[in-house]
Amino acid sequence: MAKRIDVSDLNIYYGSFLAVADVSMTIEPRTVTALIGPSGCGKSTFLRTLNRMHEVIPGARAEGKVVMDGVDMYGSDVDPVAVRRHVGMVFQRPNPFPTMSIAENVLAGVRLNNKRISKGDAQDLVEQSLQGANLWNEVKDRLDRPGSGLSGGQQQRLCIARAIAVKPQVLLMDEPCSALDPISTLAIEDLIAELKDDYTIVIVTHNMQQAARVSDRTGFFNIAGTGKPGRLIEIDDTSTIFSSPHEQATEDYISGRFG
Amino acid sequence: MSTTPTRRPEGAEPSLTPAESMTHGRASLANRAFARLSTASGVTILALLAAVTVFLVLEAMPAVTTSPAELAERISWFPEAGGILGYVGPLVFGTLLAAVLALLIGTPLAIGIALFISHYAPRRLAQGLGYLVDLLAAIPSVVYGLWGSLVLAPRIVPVQDFLAQYLGWIPLFDGPAAHPARTVFTVGVVLAVMILPIITAVCREVFLQTPRLHEEAALALGATRLEVIRTAVLPFARSGIISAAMLGLGRALGETMAVLMILSPGFAYSFALLQAGQHQTIAANIANQFPEANTYGVSTLIATGLVLFVITLAVNMLARWIVSRRAEFSGAN
Amino acid sequence: MATVQSAPTRPAADDELRRQLTGAGLEPSRKRADRLMTVVVTLAFAVALVPLVSVSWTVISRGLERFDLYFLTVSMRGVFGGMDAGGIYHAILGTLLITLFAALISVPIGLLCAIYLVEYGRGRLAKSVTFFVDVMTGIPSIVAGLFAYALFALFFGPGVRLGIAGSVALSVLMIPVVVRSCEEMLRLVPNELREASYALGVPKYLTILKVVLRTAIAGIATGVMLAIARVIGETAPLLIVAGTVDSINTNVFDGRMMTLPVYIFGQYRQGNVSCVAGATDCIPTINFDRAWAAALTLILIVMALNLIARLIARFFAPKAGR
Repeated sequence: MAKRIDVSDLNIYYGSFLAVADVSMTIEPRTVTALIGPSGCGKSTFLRTLNRMHEVIPGARAEGKVVMDGVDMYGSDVDPVAVRRHVGMVFQRPNPFPTMSIAENVLAGVRLNNKRISKGDAQDLVEQSLQGANLWNEVKDRLDRPGSGLSGGQQQRLCIARAIAVKPQVLLMDEPCSALDPISTLAIEDLIAELKDDYTIVIVTHNMQQAARVSDRTGFFNIAGTGKPGRLIEIDDTSTIFSSPHEQATEDYISGRFG
Repeated sequence: MSTTPTRRPEGAEPSLTPAESMTHGRASLANRAFARLSTASGVTILALLAAVTVFLVLEAMPAVTTSPAELAERISWFPEAGGILGYVGPLVFGTLLAAVLALLIGTPLAIGIALFISHYAPRRLAQGLGYLVDLLAAIPSVVYGLWGSLVLAPRIVPVQDFLAQYLGWIPLFDGPAAHPARTVFTVGVVLAVMILPIITAVCREVFLQTPRLHEEAALALGATRLEVIRTAVLPFARSGIISAAMLGLGRALGETMAVLMILSPGFAYSFALLQAGQHQTIAANIANQFPEANTYGVSTLIATGLVLFVITLAVNMLARWIVSRRAEFSGAN
Repeated sequence: MATVQSAPTRPAADDELRRQLTGAGLEPSRKRADRLMTVVVTLAFAVALVPLVSVSWTVISRGLERFDLYFLTVSMRGVFGGMDAGGIYHAILGTLLITLFAALISVPIGLLCAIYLVEYGRGRLAKSVTFFVDVMTGIPSIVAGLFAYALFALFFGPGVRLGIAGSVALSVLMIPVVVRSCEEMLRLVPNELREASYALGVPKYLTILKVVLRTAIAGIATGVMLAIARVIGETAPLLIVAGTVDSINTNVFDGRMMTLPVYIFGQYRQGNVSCVAGATDCIPTINFDRAWAAALTLILIVMALNLIARLIARFFAPKAGR
């Protein structure tokens, strides 16, 4: 199920403003890749180009190659909508659909796409996805209640369940714990460790301890100054980045000298 | 993508390769169709407005191209002299007079009401009080007409008499005041009531947008409530008030029924507000003559309607322009 | 950006303030001015309530005299002079039908236009649509009536009077209101929900139809109800293009159609009836009585629509937990 993604020479623009420049990296299947760096360095922007969510913002575009298992996701015949079914995403703030119940939220990817699904299959998919997101036991008795009635951490896991119900190959997480309390954060981190058996995961985080805890590989983004584009400084095994990075900037950042 | 809940076995190829499943499909066709449809609706609005203009111009043409003498011959109520401009002139005058009068009465009142709701009334009551004023907008204009002519007109007679007696030296209040009060003065009062809700609503919104910092700064310096309003609220709201008044003016210019039912019409350039049979507005005149008019009459009336259209358009555009300029400069949305 | 641009207005206010406040010692006059303002402002509000109370009271008290089941269920067919008979059934029917068709025209166009403005509109086209929607809200109702007449006269010849022409005239007035309120409601839908849907691989049109509209539906329904309430009392355009008639007509595509507002005006215009002395079945004020009762009916309909709108807003809004 998991896929490898090769990014080469990616430039990301907002209108004519170059936001992120010249990123090349390989994201290995069945690993957790963490992206760290100071605010505004373009890590979230980069993450959003991996499922072409970036271009939802008017005027935003990307140049370069993002290849998933041999297919260039920015090829001219590629439908960005279809890309997003292969590459799921979890956002900074939990965003369950307020008009839908918990079960409907999980099925949203299926139902919103007008796909037919038998009742039994739907029930299975709901249970399996919620179990996959470690939420089943907490909500199995109230599947028809509104999703917005859950706690923040539960809502975020509901969003993860919703994302994996579409059966993506890759799961992108944009600071998924930044709006959560420590206990909910722990639950999500445990979940990430389990999910990596089945998915390629890319997570953007502000929290270096989190990156060290959950990821196998870590990429460090930095920005030279306001108005300058963000760049990928280096990417390596997490243990290497946090013990003996090659670049001085990385070391300065992780040792807390700036950012 | 398969939607069945069974997971793919380890290592097996997916049923569809990404290359196949990520290319454009039926969905993107529907996507584009929907985008086109909604864009077309936007264009429809522009087309509609253009159509309104074009059709009115087309229908008004005969009245402009036919000679005044022939018009006067074919239309019973068309003046012998002056032609189409001579006919429209007093109507435009009457329309502006009634609307401006309504504005002069309505705007100060509306500002007071808006201030009361935004700054004086207890917070808990404010919304309910605002709703009461909005109720004035829910009353149909024909009911205002009924009320204005059967209830207000008899009761306003003493006011008119008073004005004519003591302020008669001002041309505006030149007597004798008409009995019953089927005058432009009564019309102005009723129109003022009718435009009160819109002006109040806009003013209220603008007053509530006053930066809290300004207000609190003034309060912290020991200003009274009046001084807060004079120093922080009103300067901030000035252009908002102006555009609110313009919107009200736009409404008053186009109001038909209240004028038609209250005013005793006449075609003079007269400032005598208290005299009947002196004024008529474009809208009321159209409603009055249209049902019985022949082809030439209809064309003439549509020509006058076009004039009204242009006037209200100009007033509204000016109002919107002031609003948008204000939004750009103050950062308030 | 906002604060920087608003800066020019601040110094003036601050200077004024400083000037005023350093000249303290005017305490009693300041206090008096403040009190006076409170009185003035409260009075302004009280004055506004006078017409509201007066209109409501007159309409209710005078309207109730003839407001009964008979009045609501018969037309004016065969009613003349000061006869103690006649009702508004035909006018109610006409009002409902013409307004219904106006809504059928306005709601799809207005809603789609709002979707265009919120979800797709960029650049000059969107800007001009926004601008002209604003301009359209200012079209006088009588001009909308003239437009509908001009349009239909083109196809059916001069002197045309049709219910549907009335609907078209009302649509011209209703569309901008629908666009405005729908636009406002669509903009209230958080962008996060759109993104969540896109991230699930849902195409934009389905996102709009199933997430955005579904979330905003209560607000949209409320807005549509209020828009209907606003045009249902329109008189002038209907007087011009729908005409007047005394009997029932249920076909908006054929012939004149009576409506409540036009009925009120018609009755008002007929004025007092001069009854023969000693006539038993003759009420001199019958026309005014009918006008008031019809006005009461019309206001009740408008109020009912407002109430429904508010109920929709209250009970069907999504229960957002945030």
